[in-house]
Amino acid sequence: MPSPDQATPEAQTGADAPAAPSPLDEVALDAAVDAALADVAAAPDLEALKAVRTTHTGDRSALALANRAIGGLEPADKARAGKLVGPRRGRLNQALAARQTELEAERAARVLVEEAVDVTLPTERATRGARHPLELLSERIADLFVSMGWEIAEGPELEAEWFNFDALNFGPDHPARQMQDTFYVDSGEPGVASNLVLRTHTSPVQARTLLERGVPVYIACPGKVFRTDALDATHTPVFHQVEGLAIDKGLTMAHLKGTLDHFARAMFGPEARTRLRPSFFPFTEPSAEMDLWFPQKKGGPGWIEWGGCGMVNPNVLRSAGIDPEEYSGFAFGMGIERTLMLRHAIADMHDMVEGDVRFSAQFGTEI
Amino acid sequence: MPYVVTEWLGEHTDLPEGLTAEQLAADLVRVGLEEEAIHGTDVTGPVVVGRVVAMEPEPQKNGKTINWCQVDVGGHNVVEGAGTDDERRVPRGIVCGAHNFVVGDEVVVALPGAVLPGPFPIASRKTYGHVSDGMICSARELGLGQDHEGIIVLEKHGFSAELGHDLTPGSDAIALLGLGQKVLEINVTPDRGYCFSYRGVAREFSHSTGARFTDPGLPSALGAPLPAATPDGFPVEVSDDAPIYGQVGCDRFVTRIVRGIDPAAVSPQWMQRRLTLSGMRPISLPVDVSNYVMLDLGQPTHCYDLATVEAPIVVRRARAGERLVTLDDVDRTLDPEDLLITASPGLADGDEGTHVLGLAGVMGGASTEVSASTTDVLVEAAHFDPVTIARTARRHKLASEASKRFERGVDPQLAAVAAQRVVDLLVQYGGATADPAVSDLDRTTAPAPILFPVAEAERLTGVAYAPERVGELLALIGCGVENAGEPGVLRVVPPTWRPDLTTPADLVEEVARLDGYDNIPTVLPPSPAGTGLTPAQRGRRTVARALADAGFVEVLTYPFVADAQLDALLVPADDPRRHAVRLVNPLSDEQDAMRTSLLVTLLQAVRRNVGRGLTDVAVVEQGLVTRPGAGALVAPSLPGGTRPTPEQLAALADALPGQPRHVAGVLAGEHVPTGWWGGGRRADWADAVDAVRLVADTLRVPVVVAADPDERPWHPGRCARVTLADGTLVGHAGELHPQVVENLDLPARTVAFELDLDVLLDAAPTEPVEAAPVSAFPAAKEDVALVVDDAVPAADVRAAVARGAGELLEDLRLFDVFTGPQVGEGKKSLAFSLRLRAADRTLTADDIAAVREGVVAAAADAVGATLRA
Repeated sequence: MPSPDQATPEAQTGADAPAAPSPLDEVALDAAVDAALADVAAAPDLEALKAVRTTHTGDRSALALANRAIGGLEPADKARAGKLVGPRRGRLNQALAARQTELEAERAARVLVEEAVDVTLPTERATRGARHPLELLSERIADLFVSMGWEIAEGPELEAEWFNFDALNFGPDHPARQMQDTFYVDSGEPGVASNLVLRTHTSPVQARTLLERGVPVYIACPGKVFRTDALDATHTPVFHQVEGLAIDKGLTMAHLKGTLDHFARAMFGPEARTRLRPSFFPFTEPSAEMDLWFPQKKGGPGWIEWGGCGMVNPNVLRSAGIDPEEYSGFAFGMGIERTLMLRHAIADMHDMVEGDVRFSAQFGTEI
Repeated sequence: MPYVVTEWLGEHTDLPEGLTAEQLAADLVRVGLEEEAIHGTDVTGPVVVGRVVAMEPEPQKNGKTINWCQVDVGGHNVVEGAGTDDERRVPRGIVCGAHNFVVGDEVVVALPGAVLPGPFPIASRKTYGHVSDGMICSARELGLGQDHEGIIVLEKHGFSAELGHDLTPGSDAIALLGLGQKVLEINVTPDRGYCFSYRGVAREFSHSTGARFTDPGLPSALGAPLPAATPDGFPVEVSDDAPIYGQVGCDRFVTRIVRGIDPAAVSPQWMQRRLTLSGMRPISLPVDVSNYVMLDLGQPTHCYDLATVEAPIVVRRARAGERLVTLDDVDRTLDPEDLLITASPGLADGDEGTHVLGLAGVMGGASTEVSASTTDVLVEAAHFDPVTIARTARRHKLASEASKRFERGVDPQLAAVAAQRVVDLLVQYGGATADPAVSDLDRTTAPAPILFPVAEAERLTGVAYAPERVGELLALIGCGVENAGEPGVLRVVPPTWRPDLTTPADLVEEVARLDGYDNIPTVLPPSPAGTGLTPAQRGRRTVARALADAGFVEVLTYPFVADAQLDALLVPADDPRRHAVRLVNPLSDEQDAMRTSLLVTLLQAVRRNVGRGLTDVAVVEQGLVTRPGAGALVAPSLPGGTRPTPEQLAALADALPGQPRHVAGVLAGEHVPTGWWGGGRRADWADAVDAVRLVADTLRVPVVVAADPDERPWHPGRCARVTLADGTLVGHAGELHPQVVENLDLPARTVAFELDLDVLLDAAPTEPVEAAPVSAFPAAKEDVALVVDDAVPAADVRAAVARGAGELLEDLRLFDVFTGPQVGEGKKSLAFSLRLRAADRTLTADDIAAVREGVVAAAADAVGATLRA
């Protein structure tokens, strides 16, 4: 394809320009028009067409000269000459316009082809961030309970023993209060107990909520808890729980089961469900361990331990000044790490706690 | 936790044929006894009885002497030479390192092809110049406990043809010894002390399966009537001058005396096997019998060498400074709260209880231990206060089998039966005789009856149990049930082995558990009228999301820190971040403090990422830090079960240190990556400050940014202090101090920020945004370059420009900062681009000129700026 630069207007409108035909010379006019139409048709690009336009319609072109010559004709010839020259010029202009449109379309198509890029090149000019999946899962769990009309309650991580133990019916000599599980806080004074601990569960939020909000109450409390376990593949000294508490008139274990099943389905799909096994917790009576029917379990669907639950012990209600004969309710708690590990096939606790960005990055900002 | 040997369990309840440990676990978990583990020692044959027919001691160069033995293993003998198979069999040659046997002894031989626990496959092998064609086994090698003192000599282990054991050479020893049994270990919750016994587990098995149960803890289970206390019983006194919670330390003390025990007598093999399979090591007849009865019934007993116990026995608290060497040979200083069993050698001087025999219910003393020469024993079966025992066990870090049971609660009515069982077994297997003298100090009280409205079961479970069914189930667990006289109310007396049953709710659990939790229906409760997340909860999420969208990856780090970590951050000694809460029992002694700043631990995470080759990182963390006040950290100790007073609640609240929620972030390496588009851009101080602005903007809180040369870990010249408009500190952002970067081995010019998110959340406006109308009139653009002294902060110039431009200003950008000879030494030029617009008209040239003049005048006035020529 010739470059537009090669077809300069000068080259076409030089001294060899055709001599002006007489406006009454039909044959010569036809010859000029035919020559012009042939040039139009042959113009390979917009530059060439521009030159063709100058050559055949410019001031010194045959048809322009013929047109101009009409003025010098006898009045009797003027009308005839006009009828001879005008339509021929019109035909030429139409051809030029048509060719112009055609060539413009061609050029537009060509530019688009020439401007093509490799769209498979990497595009990540801004680094992608991510949320930690434990936080995302906590929020998702919170959203589920909010959607049920519950509220999200919180409490301090460094907690008074009264809230962590006494208010929950752990007597002063309960084995769970001993050093093997609980991080105790130094009072700063030798020989004086601080009566403060790092909370060992999210259950103190139950007691706080009952004291602060009264009843009826429906709350979920996701949060960080602490136990003196060294980090290994399945244990971590800092982990997350979600606690549920519902106290109202007429609540029973049937409602506990209904809530747990709903929660299980929301987290693990429509086939998931829970079952209860008798157990013991100081702050619930009756108490139960909760197993989850986990459809995606490795090696086939099966039951796995998910958390603990029960009907809130009357003593816990009394600690908050609530009459246990009027109100009843249930509480449950489960580990968010465990839920996350089950849901996402995470084999090793280290990945969740070491702060390696590659772990969080897998989850993006939605879970 | 307790082991459950199936055949032993079958003594008290009917077990189905071929009950596996797995099935047993499934049966027990239904009633609340969870599987802890299934212990299995797989032994596969041939493991047979062998008779040693010849042995030749052969001293070795390594100083050991081995025995080259010929062992007759019957049908497993080697076939050699001519004749019939039987004639041609000769004993096997086996090398044995043990010396506790002689020619003629029956032993256990693992032949080539056997696999012992380990797994340890047995094959013929060349050793000490012989081909050893099998192995003579010790108890440990067979998975029968820890005994590896010598090989098993069957006769010494209680086997004999007279007792009906097949000791013919070549007969199967796996069946004989009960090898390869799988044993279930169960997890017993603290309320079920009675399940620390076969008695209790058998009862629960019967509850789960309906199998017949015979209670071995009742006097009726004994072969003969239980003897009553006699006036000549061994004298016992309880003298408790310091009861805990008003509970006397000992309310039952039974003694029996057994004389003439054959010191050579060993425990029968079945007892040794059951003890071993239950995780205990056979020791001697009296000790084994005591342990056997404890495992079987749940009642710990103790056998003293009668000769070492001077009457009367006095049960009392320890005196300050008293000491005792316990059975484990540890010399212990006793605490005045420890309950002791003592004897009275100085009685003639009127001085009772001077001889300390042991820590009551926890561990006996070494000096009164039964020895190999003991023939007469005093048997103790007592009941102690659970709290006393629990405290002593923990104080001395002595979790014995006895203390585990007493602290969970032992049936106080069990002592006499258990003592009788011990006596009977000692008489039967030790050739002894029992003294008719019996002492039984009994100050136990009957369990308090519970008035139980039957409807309570339905109120808590949602199941409409028939009243008869409720009574039936409670009777099944051993309760005395009768009508209380009021309609619908039962008077329930819990059994003596269930001290956990004290309230109607406890009884509801029993009813629900026995009827089956699976029978409880599933009902979703009606939805309460909630109000959704709080503004602070939403704000935290929005911040987290905004930072993730800005390229930060959220991580979580542990809050435990060491002082040295603050040193590395150049935090000065008088900085408030040095005042941390400390733990009494940290996981590591160095990291004993709770973090006062997120960056301390977050920078460690950055370091880990960089160490793993991830050199371009942007991480962020939201979490609590702990900021104690000036005083000591002491919360009041209050009882549970009653609502604290407002003053007490205030004292609890005051005792807690401040725990504000912070958000911190760190950027290292490239923030905009290098790519095919060209070079990237390394993160710099401005990225850190912008992250802060992003957080503040997200929450719609205006903040003020100013230079702060004094805050570490930041660079003195590249640190921004961020405050609210009223001056409240929000946090800091900027480039880290080069020394910090070096200390932590971070990429050069790492930048960071840390904010108190609670301050921002509290300052966040709660009222909705009031929308300004959007003007559709044309905008005018105007650029102004101002020259100021180098030291003038850009923010001040900008503020002056904005003020000078007035209300026509729609948008203001600083698009260039220029220094050079053109603007003069010590000066800089700041070029601003203004977008102007009016709400109600098209701006005129005069409007624009007025703005320009206003800007220049305000900047001149505020910061001494001149218009750049």
